[in-house]
Amino acid sequence: MALFRKTRYSQVGTREIKNVPKNIASKCPECKHVHIEKDLSQKLKVCDRCGHHFSLPAKQRLKQIVDEGTFRETDSGLTSIDPLNFPEYAEKLEQVREKSGLNEAVITGFGKVEGIEVGLGIMAPEFMLGSMGSVVGEKITRIINKAREKKTPLIIFSASGGARMQESIYSLMQMAKTSSALARFSEAGQLYISVLTHPTTGGVTASFAMLGDINIAEPGSLIGFAGPRVIQQTIGQKLPEGFQRAEFLLEHGFIDRIVERKMLKKELALLLKLHEGGEKVG
Amino acid sequence: MASWEKQLAHLEEKIKELEIFAREQNIDLSGEIKALQEKAKKIKGEQDQDIAISPWQRVKLARNMERPTTLDYIGMICEDFVELHGDRLFSDDPAIIAGIARLGEQPVTVIGHQKGRSTKDNIARNFGMPHPEGYRKALRLMEQANKFNRPIITFIDTPGAYPGLGAEERGQGEAIARNLREMSGLKVPIIVTVTGEGGSGGALALAVGDWVGMFENAVYSVISPEGCASILWKDPGKAERAAESLKLTAEDLKKAGVIDAIIEEPEGGCHLDPKEMGKRLGEHLEEIVPYLQKMDPSSLLERRWERIEKIGVWTQETQTQKKVSQ
Repeated sequence: MALFRKTRYSQVGTREIKNVPKNIASKCPECKHVHIEKDLSQKLKVCDRCGHHFSLPAKQRLKQIVDEGTFRETDSGLTSIDPLNFPEYAEKLEQVREKSGLNEAVITGFGKVEGIEVGLGIMAPEFMLGSMGSVVGEKITRIINKAREKKTPLIIFSASGGARMQESIYSLMQMAKTSSALARFSEAGQLYISVLTHPTTGGVTASFAMLGDINIAEPGSLIGFAGPRVIQQTIGQKLPEGFQRAEFLLEHGFIDRIVERKMLKKELALLLKLHEGGEKVG
Repeated sequence: MASWEKQLAHLEEKIKELEIFAREQNIDLSGEIKALQEKAKKIKGEQDQDIAISPWQRVKLARNMERPTTLDYIGMICEDFVELHGDRLFSDDPAIIAGIARLGEQPVTVIGHQKGRSTKDNIARNFGMPHPEGYRKALRLMEQANKFNRPIITFIDTPGAYPGLGAEERGQGEAIARNLREMSGLKVPIIVTVTGEGGSGGALALAVGDWVGMFENAVYSVISPEGCASILWKDPGKAERAAESLKLTAEDLKKAGVIDAIIEEPEGGCHLDPKEMGKRLGEHLEEIVPYLQKMDPSSLLERRWERIEKIGVWTQETQTQKKVSQ
């Protein structure tokens, strides 16, 4: 037996896990920690290591914000068709409906937040990236109008890649439609809180998402009009760190507050309470 | 009958004669007949091309550098134009031009995207792509028009909002959104004309109004054909296909209920006869402006609201009915 035998250690892999199976686990894009999907959902899809906010499916958002058993959905039967006969659009809609279990990229309705009745619009990033076509525009417009008639405050959670190209001019016009509805809502003296979540870009940013009496964003959310890739191509240089993130928008004066997801319901309820009894005079 | 139509009719007659002759005399004239058929086909093909300009060709016409710009039209249709500058917040955006002028006897506020006529000029105008201060200048002057009870006339001709750092820093999303909201409530008539490129949010920010006219070869869409092709098909080379799919021509938009009127261009496009185009535009506006001005503000607003509200297509399924709305 040799006196100085080299100690042998077994090798433990230090490779990063590259291909994380979807629906089972998610890798945090910030700290690279791999979360079991079920655990992550219980933590409101926030990484407990670094605080990264994953985008939240509409139904989970609803569950988090609205008091249990108080939500009544409106206009759930509004369904997109393919008005322009756009290549691959009808098939895409079919697939996404099946995969997401949703009818469209927004859920609207009335419900209570800590006992206060509000009109709600919750965009679904899992449905064609939350893009806005005729149905999204129409549902948002209807909930704005209904909240105006019922004299309730309004909260819209945005999450969208922008206008839905496959509906071309119809989607563009939804920007005008939702914004006009908000003009009348505001004129009636009612409170609209816009919550911008990851990502909120394009036509949604350039319409109802930016028009809150109070604009709130979740930390780290990408918020902008033009997409970062397009900007990079146009200016031909790397974008500064943190560009178009919630913190950048706060710094430049376009949102009022950044609120962590776990605090969001409390904060919304507080703001609603501070506006109670504040109806328009005269 | 145009000369080509006569020619074609003559050819078709000849073909028929030959066919009958060949059958009766039992001789083979298929070579001759074929040659005549080819000739007829060629004439037809040439005419079809002339009549049906493809959407992609219209995109190119709408972008033609020779096309008159907003300033040219203002010069042709208005008198006493006084340009006004600046958003009172940050700076003056040369990509949007604005001011007060006289249309006939009527003072109006005119606002429009401004492209350049040369490369140097275009660089100064940022190719008609506004920054946030452009939309804010436009809104400031629209509110001014509202105060002094002047109709607002806007001209749309932009590839779109400028995708740059400064534009995002200064909140172009917010600036566009605010214009959309505020324009829906101004108590004076807003008359919009899409004269060239109607590029997405950057166009819409000046285009919420009571009457939207569009030049025959202008285009208006949610995204440029190139942008659409590169996002959906990862290939900007498929822009021609995207141009067709986006349904961006004046005719398409009239069908969709987005615009109210198509203003015909001189043959070959308005760059070939700017004077004539100016005359047609002037006549169009002088007809529409007094008509809208006669309406009382509350019905004007109600009408504007309804115009916007009805745009969209969907089906609505309830337990008992399924209806298609448009």
